[in-house]
Amino acid sequence: MSYISLSHEDKQKMLAAVGISSLEELFCCIPDEIRLKRNLNLPPPLAEPELVHYFEEIGKKNDDSSYLSFLGAGAYRHFIPYVVDYLSSRGEFISPYTPYQPEVSQGTLQVIFEYQTLICQLTEMETANASLYEGASAAAEAVLMAHRLRGKPKILLAKTLHPQYKSVIQTYVQNLSVEIEEVNYSKSGEVDLDDLTGKIDGEMSAVVCQSPNFMGIVENLDRIAELARKHQALFIVVVAEAASLGILKAPGACGADIVAGEGQSFGLPLSFGGPYLGFMACKKDFIRQFPGRIAGETKDAEGKRGFVLTLSTREQHIRREKATSNICTNQAWCALRATIFLETLGREGMRELAHQNIQKANYALENLARIKGVKRRFGGPIFNEFVLEIDAGWPKAEDFLRKNGILGGLSLEPFFPELKNCALLCVTEMHKKDDIDKLVRLLGEVLR
Amino acid sequence: MIREPLIFEISAPGKRAFLLPKLDVPEKKANLAGLPLREDIEGFPQVSEIEVVRHFTRLSQANFCIDTTFYPLGSCTMKYNPKVNEKVAQLEKFLFSHPQAPQDLVQGNLEILKSMEDFLCEITGLEAFTLQPSAGAQGELVGMMLIHAYLKDRGHPREVVLIPDSAHGTNPSSAHVCGYRVQEIKSNERGTIDLAGLSRQMTEDVAALMITNPNTLGVFEFDILKIAEIVHGQGGLLYMDGANMNALVGKFKPGDMGVDVIHLNLHKTFSTPHGGGGPGAGPVGVKKQLAPYLPIPVVEKGPSGYVFNHDRPKSIGRVRSFYANFLVIIKALAYILSLGAEGLKEIAEIAVLNSNYLRKSLETVYHLKYSAPTLHECVFSDKFQKEHGVQNIDIAKRLIDYGLHPPTMSFPLIVPGALMVEPTETESKRDLDLFIEAMKKIALEAVKTPEVVKSAPHASLVRRLDETSAARNPVLRWEGDKG
Amino acid sequence: MYPKDFYYSQDHEWVKIEGDKATVGITDFAQKQLGDVVYVELPAVGARLNIHQTIGVIESVKAVSDVYSPISGEVTAVNEELNNSPEILNQDPHGKGWIIRMKVMDKTDTEKLMNSVDYEKYLEGIES
Repeated sequence: MSYISLSHEDKQKMLAAVGISSLEELFCCIPDEIRLKRNLNLPPPLAEPELVHYFEEIGKKNDDSSYLSFLGAGAYRHFIPYVVDYLSSRGEFISPYTPYQPEVSQGTLQVIFEYQTLICQLTEMETANASLYEGASAAAEAVLMAHRLRGKPKILLAKTLHPQYKSVIQTYVQNLSVEIEEVNYSKSGEVDLDDLTGKIDGEMSAVVCQSPNFMGIVENLDRIAELARKHQALFIVVVAEAASLGILKAPGACGADIVAGEGQSFGLPLSFGGPYLGFMACKKDFIRQFPGRIAGETKDAEGKRGFVLTLSTREQHIRREKATSNICTNQAWCALRATIFLETLGREGMRELAHQNIQKANYALENLARIKGVKRRFGGPIFNEFVLEIDAGWPKAEDFLRKNGILGGLSLEPFFPELKNCALLCVTEMHKKDDIDKLVRLLGEVLR
Repeated sequence: MIREPLIFEISAPGKRAFLLPKLDVPEKKANLAGLPLREDIEGFPQVSEIEVVRHFTRLSQANFCIDTTFYPLGSCTMKYNPKVNEKVAQLEKFLFSHPQAPQDLVQGNLEILKSMEDFLCEITGLEAFTLQPSAGAQGELVGMMLIHAYLKDRGHPREVVLIPDSAHGTNPSSAHVCGYRVQEIKSNERGTIDLAGLSRQMTEDVAALMITNPNTLGVFEFDILKIAEIVHGQGGLLYMDGANMNALVGKFKPGDMGVDVIHLNLHKTFSTPHGGGGPGAGPVGVKKQLAPYLPIPVVEKGPSGYVFNHDRPKSIGRVRSFYANFLVIIKALAYILSLGAEGLKEIAEIAVLNSNYLRKSLETVYHLKYSAPTLHECVFSDKFQKEHGVQNIDIAKRLIDYGLHPPTMSFPLIVPGALMVEPTETESKRDLDLFIEAMKKIALEAVKTPEVVKSAPHASLVRRLDETSAARNPVLRWEGDKG
Repeated sequence: MYPKDFYYSQDHEWVKIEGDKATVGITDFAQKQLGDVVYVELPAVGARLNIHQTIGVIESVKAVSDVYSPISGEVTAVNEELNNSPEILNQDPHGKGWIIRMKVMDKTDTEKLMNSVDYEKYLEGIES
């Protein structure tokens, strides 16, 4: 297939206009040694029906979506209203460029402005940016931002941060003079406040904690915020399951200085991990150190309201090596989907969705914990994920469940060796009571 | 045209756009008891479905987009986004695939990742790829980290990265985020890297030279092999910003030019849609000596199928959650498969033809600071028009009145008043001629009626926006919900 | 156009010397290049600066510029007005738009600077 729009005649006319007789003459400014003497070794081009068939065949080698899945751990299956697909598939949303020319990008810019407002409302923070790549790098950017603001050599991370987020933070700080220390979790699965009190000192740029955390436990953020404030450290709250913001006390209300997280729950399909949606919000005072694009409101020459990208001088294309970050792209189209999602669900819908997650997850947890040989591993309160400990060993249970068409959960031992035979399960509003009952019944069966 | 209000301005209690199925498990208050709860989401919208649909449909109509408009944006490669690629990226087997699923159940996904890596190796001549970076800028950062890790492993990561004064802003900022100090290399009168200057500046303290080739002026670094020699001679590495791959694809391989590390922009060369500013993808390719440092996990083909390998002790670590902007990878892969070797070659040939056609048609009307031959893009300046008080930004805004998106402005920094034009290979001669005609008319207007140009745009939804007060007094969210 | 009692640096800063007190700002040429100033980052009072050390940063809508100290000295005052009204830098760069006041450390530093005549010649060279 070729997407060229020149006719034979066009080519001839244009070659003549340029003053050459062949296309090859255009490349005479490139030394011959570098010229490829053969075509690339690629398969012959596929026509449209062949292309679709090719991908359908590869798709058949995937089988996970045919299972009843209780997987979470950073990617969440939520309902996506059909208007999200319908509206976001418009060419006027898919194919524009970054809105650097605001007069012809008011659609994109207004969407970003609304998105920023919605994130502020959900997190109860003063300022949000136009999105970052995804949750893990958003968390890393938050750490870098705190380091720029406070300049202290250490960062305190909760051990219960998503392992991948921890890993990315470590990658980002490895070439800077920043030391990472971890805080343990308690029996309830929450951040161990005694351990935190013991470890925190005046040398910390930030305390970073996730809620709901990787174990599914909802943290008491207020107390952590207090400790951070006492030692002039910034309090960064990471949110991997954004749907929780619909019902849980907002990080801003708990004393967060920076909130960073993953917005995939807001209308993005699982997509094997991407593209997702990093979000970030902070206090107004920190705005000059805030990475990423930001849209702002202004007026045009006739006094009409309009929106523009603003505070651009923080960004790479102007500030260059002194930029707050090297970020260029945001995830505009993903943020668009999130905006449509959030505005469709609305005030009532967000709360209802979150509420159903809590009720269904607790229903599952209660009934599973009743099975002999299954234990609720952590006593802390949950949103839609929880950890089970299986006496007979998780692999045995996992195997049996798979043979019966269920992906039961994520084994935690590879990430936390002390959590032997533990698995992380996720239940959302998408799981019917029958699905949960089936899981309970089958788990009961294999452990009998 | 109606100006669409903010959703919050049409929101009111009692309206709803969404209904969940009723809760089918027993509702227990105790489940909420231990949780810190919010009372409400202050100010959050409440609208009906038709209001959502009209709101976003109208907003979409306030956008230019490739599907309606020519974007001669230098360095952005705003080519057509093929629709079949959208279709294949939405196949349910990919869309509903959970990234934590057991590897044996997602062999199709892993095959896609591995195939893409293999194709990119063939296209670029580099020897191993990572698809993790979510964008070009992140790709650059990864590239810098790889170089740092490689050199550190050999005793000394070094302190400095050399970057031409014509480079895109992400280059120095990425080097800086990695902890390197940036030293600028001046371009010569041709607009290319001055070899004598490079020889002087290339010391054992320099980790790498970051180049774009062809450079941001659209000029090919003819001395690239010599440049690579100088850099390698001092034990440094050559990094290529692959943003301008559109001029080379199918005909030249960066690997043959001495490039050690490259990042590509799938949303540029490989046609994935820009989406108004993302998502994109910025895969990074390396020569094999740098492969051990690639981010984990790495996709490998084993005896029993594809696996993610996390056991890579020299790896720089993870740079994102999960694996890649997977759906973006699918679209780019579909593009490569649709075009094949001949099709990819044709991209470069026609992209360069289209650009030279524009250059030839406009070079008497607009000042071209550098006269060297250009490939897929060229940079004009507002020098002639400035004599009448008309600047590049005015020309840009006036193009909007002609139904065209402005070219890239004020970059590269070495061309004051720059207008960087890149048509890409998918534009028709008709659209190119419309652009040429508009630019010629504006040049005339600059002489005869400069005020019209200076107060443009006139025909757009909003007139020129006040970016100064937006920055002086930032209003970054709707504030109607504050008491 | 350019005050005769000022000295000028190649980076377009001006300095006015009165005894051992100095006032520093950026020139009209610099403010024109920057465009509408939106934010000025000021140093701390008491900061000691060498010649060409960064005093602070000026942000406009489209550009950012470091301000370099044309002489060595100790910062005795910063122009707080610029926090609320950065536009003063555009409106009156040689007067109300002053950036810092310093205590001069080495009186011979001004020998490295240009006078107004040389500066105007220097500008002509740039603009051609």
